Amino acid sequence: MNKGKKITQQQLFLPVVCVLLVLAVNIFYDVSQGNEFYNFFKITLTNDVLQGRLINILNRGSEVAILAIGMTLVVSASAGTDISVGSVMSLCASFCCMLVAGYGVSSVSSPDEFAMPLVVGLLGALVMGLVCGAFNGALVAYLNIQPMVATLILWSAARAIGLLLCNNLIVYVRDDTFGLFGGYLGPIPTPILIAAVCVAATSLVLKKTALGMYVQSVGINKRASRIAGLNSQKIIFLCYLICGLCAGIAGIVASSRITSADSNNIGLNMELDAILAVALGGNSLGGGKFSLAGSIIGAYTIQAITTTMYNLGVSTEVAPVFKAVVVIVIVAIQAPPVRAWFKKRAAAKAVQKGVASV
Amino acid sequence: MKTVSLGKPKSQMNSNTLLLLITIVLFFVLYAIGCVVYGERGFTNLQTFLNVLRSNAGLICVACGMTCVMLTGGIDISVGSLVALDCMLLAYGMANWGLSAPVMCLLVLVIGVVFGLVQGYCVGYLEIQPFIVTMAGMFFARGMTAVISTDQLSINQDVSQAFYDVANHRIYFPFGGVVNRAGKVVMPYIGVGVVIALAVLVAIFLVLRYTKFGRSLYAVGGSEQSAAMMGLDVKRTKLKAYVLSSLLCSIGGICYCMNTMSASVSQATGLEMDAIASAVIGGTLLTGGVGNVIGSFFGVLINGTISSIVQFNGKLASSWPNILTAALLCFFIVLQSVFAKLKEKNK
Repeated sequence: MNKGKKITQQQLFLPVVCVLLVLAVNIFYDVSQGNEFYNFFKITLTNDVLQGRLINILNRGSEVAILAIGMTLVVSASAGTDISVGSVMSLCASFCCMLVAGYGVSSVSSPDEFAMPLVVGLLGALVMGLVCGAFNGALVAYLNIQPMVATLILWSAARAIGLLLCNNLIVYVRDDTFGLFGGYLGPIPTPILIAAVCVAATSLVLKKTALGMYVQSVGINKRASRIAGLNSQKIIFLCYLICGLCAGIAGIVASSRITSADSNNIGLNMELDAILAVALGGNSLGGGKFSLAGSIIGAYTIQAITTTMYNLGVSTEVAPVFKAVVVIVIVAIQAPPVRAWFKKRAAAKAVQKGVASV
Repeated sequence: MKTVSLGKPKSQMNSNTLLLLITIVLFFVLYAIGCVVYGERGFTNLQTFLNVLRSNAGLICVACGMTCVMLTGGIDISVGSLVALDCMLLAYGMANWGLSAPVMCLLVLVIGVVFGLVQGYCVGYLEIQPFIVTMAGMFFARGMTAVISTDQLSINQDVSQAFYDVANHRIYFPFGGVVNRAGKVVMPYIGVGVVIALAVLVAIFLVLRYTKFGRSLYAVGGSEQSAAMMGLDVKRTKLKAYVLSSLLCSIGGICYCMNTMSASVSQATGLEMDAIASAVIGGTLLTGGVGNVIGSFFGVLINGTISSIVQFNGKLASSWPNILTAALLCFFIVLQSVFAKLKEKNK
């Protein structure tokens, strides 16, 4: 009994249950359609690449997972959300393609036509992400502006600047090397690998250094941390910097998938998915303690929900309705009053049992 | 002792009024720039200003609702999608369900209230973060729009004569006429939407200033704990704020629909951020407790003026209004933060 209680009170309990529920829906659907129940998990090697719904979810969910890393840190340290990540993704993608293709050129198809080597473009995108992160970070950390308002500026401006950089065109970089980042490395989809590397690197840094503890400490009480000798402002700034970098990486992956920079559509509403991932992971949006693993699971849960929707034959436009319902139910279960109510009921039951045994 | 207790609220008032004043002055400066640069193209006409009002009537209503929610320290990002849902309901309902325009408008308002009730309950009573709740609301409304129809619908005379007439009804001013190219005198006019929007603005201004509900919005936003200790029902106040926001949003949706006379799934995307930006430029703090609908009104006007200047130029890329608004937003946010720091120093 004690053991069971411990499991339900763990932070990762709810996110994992959510994933399992989504999977259960899939299995139920497969069985009702007369397929084998393991259809969802089936991974096949077709045309030398891995295929299957599970792979698809992992692949398509990479961008949100990468964004969720940065978002988790930002939410934890500053008790606010960075709503500019989607736009910054678009800006980084545009900047990358603009550097490679040259200003005003709408399409390049081989390395001979490149205005600059691909590496410069990729580095440019990452630097652009860092610059955006630094801008947000400076506003939040040093000017004490509420995170949502501060990032509202780039939310509105970044996509527009991206459009200006691309001269209002969709810039195509039709090159295999560029397409690699959103394509396949051997049999495995590259975005999965990129996301895995990002997650591994971040968790290594958080584990091996005290950064994770500092971030949580600043998030729980900024003033107390400062008095304890932490440079709160610098830590918050650093979190936004990392978030910007993550947006840059996600931008490269997203534009590489379509080997072009579509400023209007890359990263559209992605900031909402990233924030949702953090919330689904059982992290409080009020800052403080965080769980990176929870956020990553949250990110893939969102993608799993989306893929399941398509699997059930729900159209792209209608899918948000179900997404909204799922989100509200999941968040409501985690809401403090509901939790308190559950606890009360469990306590009452325990008392009843106690009375009965006596 | 007396001077201290009197002096404090006064200085607080001053910095907030100063921010509002800067917003208003900025609007006039922007408008003056437009008049000087594009004067010969007709920017100085009264109609240019009225057109800004006409095309932003819906946004004014939405921004008023947003201000009320932001005063409590919350946020409502579902408004853009709700406007799209309203437009779709109006267009589809009048065309396919055979309902008359007034019935459909009433239905839209009822849906707004229900929408607000659900969101308000989640925020107030279940204590879920407003951002998450209204984000789900945003997905839901946008999705429901697609459930009704994924086509681009337009409202013409065949769909509803009454709605068409009301939307195209022009209320002419008795002064400020301009002689057009054909030599006719054209009087400046506004639409019904503008009248509704201005009525909403005045009503919300009065509510915030003089009613118990209005004052409790400020109290809850200033400090939830203090408000609860004063005996205010914090949960109920929050619920009411979200209901008001969604209701005003539905009214705004009707005004918006009168202006565009069409409906589609992708309509009014980003409207929520326009509304938030307008409120912030107008001096409303996202932390709650400080703000005014008059400021939000001028925020909307500044947004509209920037777009119309870009329109008059004709050569600038369509992304410039976004960039300029963002730059302004940045300016105001930094200004607010500087004021806040000064205030802290004075303490």
